[in-house]
Amino acid sequence: MAMLSIRQISKRFGAHNALRDASLDLGSGEFFSILGPSGCGKSTLLRILGGFEAPDSGSICLDGKDITRLLPSERPTNMVFQRYALFPHLSVAENVGFSLSLQKKVTASDRRRRIDEALALVAMDGLGERSVQSLSGGQQQRVALARAIICRPRVLLLDEPLSALDLQLRLRMQVELRALQRRLGMTFVFVTHDQGEALSMSDRMAVINGGHIEQVGTPSALYDRPATDFVASFLGTMNRVPVQFHAPCEHSANHVWVELTGGQRLRARWSEGTTMPPSGALVSMLVRPEKMGIREDCHGSTPRMTEAGDELTLSCRVADMAFHGATTQITGQLHDVDISVTATHLNRDGLPVGLGQGSRVRLVVKTEHILIAPDNARN
Amino acid sequence: MGRSSRIFLVPLVTWLGLFLVGPLLMVAVYSFLERGPYGDVIWQPTLANYTRALDPLYLRIYSKSLVLATSTTAVCAVLGLPLAYTIATAPKRWQPGLLGLLMVPFLTNFVVRVYAIRLILAAEGPINLGLLSLGLITEPIMMTDSTMAVALGMVTNYLPFMVLPIYVVFEKFDFAMIEAAKDLGAKGWPVFSRVILPLAKPGLLSGLSLVFVPVLGEYMIPDLLGGAKTLMLGGLITEQFLRVRDWPFGSALAMILVTAMMFVMWLQHRYRGIEARRGDGGRIGYSRT
Ligand SMILES: Nc1ncnc2c1ncn2[C@@H]1O[C@H](COP(=O)(O)OP(=O)(O)O)[C@@H](O)[C@H]1O
Ligand SMILES: [Mg+2]
Repeated sequence: MAMLSIRQISKRFGAHNALRDASLDLGSGEFFSILGPSGCGKSTLLRILGGFEAPDSGSICLDGKDITRLLPSERPTNMVFQRYALFPHLSVAENVGFSLSLQKKVTASDRRRRIDEALALVAMDGLGERSVQSLSGGQQQRVALARAIICRPRVLLLDEPLSALDLQLRLRMQVELRALQRRLGMTFVFVTHDQGEALSMSDRMAVINGGHIEQVGTPSALYDRPATDFVASFLGTMNRVPVQFHAPCEHSANHVWVELTGGQRLRARWSEGTTMPPSGALVSMLVRPEKMGIREDCHGSTPRMTEAGDELTLSCRVADMAFHGATTQITGQLHDVDISVTATHLNRDGLPVGLGQGSRVRLVVKTEHILIAPDNARN
Repeated sequence: MGRSSRIFLVPLVTWLGLFLVGPLLMVAVYSFLERGPYGDVIWQPTLANYTRALDPLYLRIYSKSLVLATSTTAVCAVLGLPLAYTIATAPKRWQPGLLGLLMVPFLTNFVVRVYAIRLILAAEGPINLGLLSLGLITEPIMMTDSTMAVALGMVTNYLPFMVLPIYVVFEKFDFAMIEAAKDLGAKGWPVFSRVILPLAKPGLLSGLSLVFVPVLGEYMIPDLLGGAKTLMLGGLITEQFLRVRDWPFGSALAMILVTAMMFVMWLQHRYRGIEARRGDGGRIGYSRT
């Protein structure tokens, strides 16, 4: 059973729909990220989990108990605020021990021990006497973290905790944060607008767009099999090839038939939650550059499918080749449709010999890596 | 400081010298002189004015003034803190308007404003008429010419001086800190006593002295609202200068008042200094957690 269960949470601010029917199930000890562009409702969802905002509808259950109406002080959750919200009039130790100092039954020596322990966890040993204003941004971040975990919340909520740090420090904190989470075995709900951060740190993640959860899953599942154009484009680059919509597939739900130039039919996944256009309408075929294999040209007609229908071959002329060391980036002109695509090739293994500008090559892609979505430019 | 920038201080120093230090020195000198038979001053050094100022009759007036100033300041603090907080947490676009409302009374003349309070409290004033018509009382309550009326006048007049400095602190306040306190288990009173109050302290301290110091010497409000019975230190000094024409004694009283005011400001300044040093990291132990 899910430890934290979020059921159809909706929240409006005036006329603005900040969250629409958001549902999520989080397991115990999971590092779960909520990813989305600025203003999509990430903080709103986190603040509802922390009890700072009441949802208009929906419920939140933690360990099988409904906590939707509980005050922040009554929830076994703690929050690391975006700008840390440390108390400037208190020392580092006083900040970290704030929650303990409110509990009458914790003795002074016990409190001191636990403060030292929490500071050690975030590598801030011995800095308890300092005033928080004298700390660097990274150190303040650590104090905010120590303050939030000292009472061992069931769920730790983090609102873009690394966004104020410079790149170097951010990368280091990503690793440390992940290590800390594993060590404590604590459930983290981590809000970020940085897809790299979400992909590299999370056990599972949700992508939000305009207050709506578009997809939930492991980083690799979301990257390899994005459910929508938005998820696909937000998590990385996509080639976009115009194709003609033909019909929904009768045998497998969520799959459609499209027609490529030259009449070749292709069956691939359809973007979830979007309405299908009439037959003949233009839609987009989306493929990631690194999912396209580069082969020597052959002289058959393209585009073409394998017998089993699991691999598509396109013909293209190389317009540009850029060598990046580990990878090689090829920009090609598709034969018939005159549209440029890029292919990323790793380690130059198996690249055709003598490949260069003007060469003709075949691009091969597995249909499972293809997503068909409504044409963004047109609607 | 360079020679050129010193030139800009000349007007300021002249102004202060002519209109503040000069008269103050005169008052200081007068306080050690004798009064002539016709209200003039005899250049004869004496301490008599100060020994007379220690007469129990006057001590009672000082203590009454102190009590009034202290309670006015306390009431202003109790009202001003939540008021400043409310304004600072109101939507940004309302804040100028709310501050404006606070300042509106200052657009009218001080005497008119105080007199308006007298009219409100009068036997035929709206409060008494309202209570009478509701049948809650059978005859008007005498509210004017009392210490209560004076206190009310003081509070209404000096409240903005408390609200503004506290508002300035709250305006820069990161309200996420309050959420953090609640998140960490604080409910109700601790949120106020452990986070809001300590952080509002610099503004509160300014407000306290901005109200206390002028209220201690205030003479118009007690005169207009307190009637003959309620003589305060300010009124006493005014009386010496204008009616009794005992300038040396009035000067001695004024010197006592100025000393008291300077003491309050020094206290506030010293307290600030201690706070500032603590903030630099010179704290000891986990004592306050
Ligand atoms: N208290 C509020 N009042 C009005 N609108 C709000 C409030 N909080 C958030 N919003 C709006 O709701 C939307 C989502 O906000 P938020 O959850 O903070 O986005 P994110 O954290 O993803 O950037 C934004 O358009 C924001 O302007
Ligand atoms: Mg946010």
